[in-house]
Amino acid sequence: MKEFLFTQIRIITRHRFGAFGGLVILFFGVIALLAPVLAPHDPWTSLATADGRLAILKPPSTEFLLGTTSMGRDILSQMIYATRTTVLIGLSSGLISIFIGANIGLLSGYFGGRLDEVLMRLTDIVYGLPFLPFLIVLISLFGRNIWFVIIAICCIVWRTSARVVRAQTLSIRQRQFILAAKARGAGDGRIIYRHILPNIMPLLLLYTSFNIAWSVLAEAGASFLGFSDPDNLSWGGILYNLWISGKIRVAWWWFAWPSICIILLVSALVFVSRAYEEVANPRLRQR
Amino acid sequence: MKRSPIQDSGNVRAGCDMVLEIKNLSTHYHITEGTVRAVDGVSLSVGEDQVFGLAGESGCGKSTLIRTIMRLLPGSASVTAERLSFQGQDLLSLSDKAYRENILWNEISLVPQSAMNSLNPVYRVGDQITEVIQAHWDMGRKEARSLVERLFRGVGLQPELTRSYPHQFSGGMRQRAMIAMSLALDPRLTIMDEPTTGLDVLVQERILRELKEIRQRKKNPMSILLITHDISVIAEMSDRIGIMYAGRIMEQADAIELFNEPFHPYTLGLKNAFPSIRQMDRELISIPGSPPSLIQEIPGCVFAFRCPFAMEVCREQRPPDLEVRPNHFVQCWRTDHVEEFRKRAGDKSTWQSSKSMT
Repeated sequence: MKEFLFTQIRIITRHRFGAFGGLVILFFGVIALLAPVLAPHDPWTSLATADGRLAILKPPSTEFLLGTTSMGRDILSQMIYATRTTVLIGLSSGLISIFIGANIGLLSGYFGGRLDEVLMRLTDIVYGLPFLPFLIVLISLFGRNIWFVIIAICCIVWRTSARVVRAQTLSIRQRQFILAAKARGAGDGRIIYRHILPNIMPLLLLYTSFNIAWSVLAEAGASFLGFSDPDNLSWGGILYNLWISGKIRVAWWWFAWPSICIILLVSALVFVSRAYEEVANPRLRQR
Repeated sequence: MKRSPIQDSGNVRAGCDMVLEIKNLSTHYHITEGTVRAVDGVSLSVGEDQVFGLAGESGCGKSTLIRTIMRLLPGSASVTAERLSFQGQDLLSLSDKAYRENILWNEISLVPQSAMNSLNPVYRVGDQITEVIQAHWDMGRKEARSLVERLFRGVGLQPELTRSYPHQFSGGMRQRAMIAMSLALDPRLTIMDEPTTGLDVLVQERILRELKEIRQRKKNPMSILLITHDISVIAEMSDRIGIMYAGRIMEQADAIELFNEPFHPYTLGLKNAFPSIRQMDRELISIPGSPPSLIQEIPGCVFAFRCPFAMEVCREQRPPDLEVRPNHFVQCWRTDHVEEFRKRAGDKSTWQSSKSMT
């Protein structure tokens, strides 16, 4: 396990963009973990400047590093807490969706036949689901809650990974060493999870990274439209607050920070994916 | 072609016991175009501590036969047999689960075809063998590892190599690793499917020699069902030989007898196609034509279309499995003319005439 982790770190850091992406992800991860410690103010309190007036729409200064909102709230603190929500949603929906997608792909590709037919038609149906209307329906049924956002994202994102994993499984299933494993008496479970899965691991990590990136984007889009948990502010949620305040032409800082962070995190994830794409071959690892 | 002596051991059974007995086994694939009779009424038996060599061209059903024994057939296949038994135990009525737990690899192991690609590229070679041992035996990891190292030494690989990945091995080393894996659980029968194909002749020779040595060293007798299209490998290793063609065994006999006194025209033709050390200047003669499609039912002898000695009856009725000598079986209608065949088989024009007939 330790060896596995080191290998992953080596893969990412050998690639220059991958190393950059890894650092950015680590940076946001630390912020998410330490949010209450790092945030200088409460994100929901209206703050006052030194002269006792409400700090409404202050541009970045030494007092408010990233500026304030129209309600006089500190954007830096909001950004820090929003990072926590975004990372939580991105990570959990990314991981859950790859778990679902990988298993559906593996089972479908390995067993084939009727099971493959059922699972792949299910995937086709999910391909037909538009994300936003699906989320809107889910939220109007159950309420604006962070977990429903995660569920909605998971329900959509797994489809691509399922197809890709299935295709790869179909090819590996036919390889000689799988037949050899069968001849040794390996059962279906052992063949799927011990012989096929490790062979598609680089691909899986690539898609984990993609899925997280997609989840972050989807969450940002949904919260910008107001379909997010009002108790858990996210980057998209900050943009939504800006939009409804009507100050989008005035407060460039209010708009800039969340946008930059979204772009930064998503591209960092894509860079890490790129690093994995180049190492989709285990032979390169030992050298 | 020397038989290794049966080593003294506590659980050796009587030397004449049959390890694997197959009687009238047929494996048919049902595909949209019809039924492919890949194996069509094969009978053979492998004795204790015996090497049975099964020779045949590509596509003659050798691999299907192995897959039938190992239960690796796809769903489209159906198997019928009068008898299929291992050490007297009926395999036909044995459930898949019981087969997997008791017979597979414990008793019957396999060195698969293209053994070079039969190692999982993402695991260390040693770990793959350890996995097999631990899956079938109740053995600690450390103990299993040292067993793997011993096995490696047995097949001529350094014990340190257990920690290497398959891509760091050469073809010959991978082959040896696969042989080590097949020996891991000390099985009674090892099926070797083209064990030396794709290796250069020197490595081939060395591996075959080592295989003989391993068999001599082993405490318990081990039979081998050796399957290849390479007659020289068969000749070097086997005690008994079967010649397979288009899903049937044309002729089977003890090795020396089969080479000295072949009865079947196909065996005669095969002998012509291989160089002999005693007659270096002899011209090699190939058999014109190609094996028949197995998708149509062939009522007579499957070789009749290419056989220069074929008669009406050969095409119309399937020849019986005739025991021409004790333990020497031939599927041919015209065994009484064998002297004439042997004389004419060395003549190139004989074989060309068969071409004009078809």
